[in-house]
Amino acid sequence: MSRPARAGAPADWRDGLPPGRDGYSFAFLDAGAKREIRRRILKAVAIPGCQVPFGSREMPIARGWGTGGLQLTLALIGPEDVLKVIDQGADDSVNAVSIRRFVQRVTGVRTTTDTPAATLIQTRHRIPEEPLRPHQILVFQVPIPEPLRLVEPSEKETRRMHAEADYSRMWLYLYEDIVTYGEITIGARYPVLVNRRHLMDPSPIPRWDVERLDRNPALMLFCAGREKRIYALPPHTLVEPLQFEDVPFRVESFAGRRCRRCGSARSFLDEAIDEATGRRSYACSDAAFCEKVRKAGGRTAPEPEEGGP
Amino acid sequence: MTLPPPIVQVRGLTRRFGTGCPACPELTGPAAETNQCPRCRSVTACREVSFELHSGEVLGIVGESGSGKSTVVRLLHFDLAPTAGEYRLNLNGAAAAGLPWLEPGQNLFELGPHQRRQLRNRLMGIVYQNPLLGLRLKVTAGGNIAERLLMAGWRRVERMRERAADLLARTEVPVERMDELPRHFSGGMQQRVQIAKALSTDPAVLLLDEVTTGLDVSVQARVLDLIRSLQRELQIATIVVSHDLGVIRMLTTRTLVMRYGGIVEQGLSDQILEDPQHPYTQLLVNSTL
Repeated sequence: MSRPARAGAPADWRDGLPPGRDGYSFAFLDAGAKREIRRRILKAVAIPGCQVPFGSREMPIARGWGTGGLQLTLALIGPEDVLKVIDQGADDSVNAVSIRRFVQRVTGVRTTTDTPAATLIQTRHRIPEEPLRPHQILVFQVPIPEPLRLVEPSEKETRRMHAEADYSRMWLYLYEDIVTYGEITIGARYPVLVNRRHLMDPSPIPRWDVERLDRNPALMLFCAGREKRIYALPPHTLVEPLQFEDVPFRVESFAGRRCRRCGSARSFLDEAIDEATGRRSYACSDAAFCEKVRKAGGRTAPEPEEGGP
Repeated sequence: MTLPPPIVQVRGLTRRFGTGCPACPELTGPAAETNQCPRCRSVTACREVSFELHSGEVLGIVGESGSGKSTVVRLLHFDLAPTAGEYRLNLNGAAAAGLPWLEPGQNLFELGPHQRRQLRNRLMGIVYQNPLLGLRLKVTAGGNIAERLLMAGWRRVERMRERAADLLARTEVPVERMDELPRHFSGGMQQRVQIAKALSTDPAVLLLDEVTTGLDVSVQARVLDLIRSLQRELQIATIVVSHDLGVIRMLTTRTLVMRYGGIVEQGLSDQILEDPQHPYTQLLVNSTL
């Protein structure tokens, strides 16, 4: 993995670490586990979008709560890294806070909520709004790594389908959706074709984020701890959502809506309904981005209407 | 006048289930009156089956249950892998256009699974006895047809729907029921959807495996009429497998009679039905007509 050279890194990684790791190795995982996961990452990067099995470890959080992403983070993190953890865009949800505190405790790395300042970002179901830079790594937590699971229950059969690039069943699912409902109803987990070869599950990110996977300069890594699969999008990889020529892919529309906190009209918005009055209001899903816009005075100088993609 | 080369050429097609032993060829087959080897208990479902199919021709394969006729069709459709044999297609330019890697005279059994899948999708259509095998019952009738078009690289919903509607109209399925699930259809209608699906990519070879078995007599007649008129119109080389000599008489021009995995007699259908030579064929003809 190409990471920036760490100027002035200590010769021995044990130097300069805070006390209180309670006898665990740096970053919790033992050396064997890290080596296993790193080797699997290398293979995943070499075959963009291809699911690589790996020996998933028991973690001190329950499977299904981000153990895959956590294992990647722990296998990749170094003492000089700056970590950001988000859950559906928020830095302050229980899950994000717990994972950030845990990694901080077993590594002593600096943490941040500022996207450009982070070198390593673990995320659940969102891509930060601010553009990612080269040398940043985005780690996704994945519940179901197999995009074809929707149409085929057998693992043996889905592996054959990937091997032969036989994705007609997925296309058929989309066709049926259009015939039955008039449009494709998949909201999150929209299947994408990577490098014109492998069908990939982008994890349950909204469709808004699917287009931002395409040729992104950052390294994107995906890991499912329960399902024991790692896959990757190397920087600048071609990522295309499945779409028909006459029914193109659409992202969520927030036309005419703005964040009630920062006034942004070009970010992915969460809807909230006031139970007392029944009024709907919208707010940025990416809390750190929202805060930044607000501090820069976004509320007083709102974005132009046509700014949204 | 020299005939054009046959579109399908099959040589020495053999499929054995089980370990097999050196004595198998001698102890099984029509002469031995069994297809299970008494030494190793392996079953030779078909053995040394060779035939040719010309463009626009309809070939019948007839025989009792267990004679290996369905095995032959499944081998030709790559549903099963053969123990031995050669399988060649001679295509004209249009049919081979989408398959640039296909060399003339290539033994198709040597192709990789991905190439076999493409070839099957583009050039072959199959209609099974049981619509469960040929259709996805949880997918609409139109979707079943679209699946093959999608596999062939079609990516416009409107064009696929036009094609599906056209095929369903031809096979006498009400087009307004295109977006219904085939499990709500009658058996005869399911069979007609299966035929529409088989014809969707303009196949060079059509395989019909006991298409009318299990349908009542009036529906049988309509399905047979449909197949006969489509075959005449489209001039597709067709293989019809049936145990029903009536079907063979109605549809085919040439017939193979199979027993215990081997071909015991072959010739023009009329000749075989009117003047059977092999004792087994005589029994078959006498017991049905």
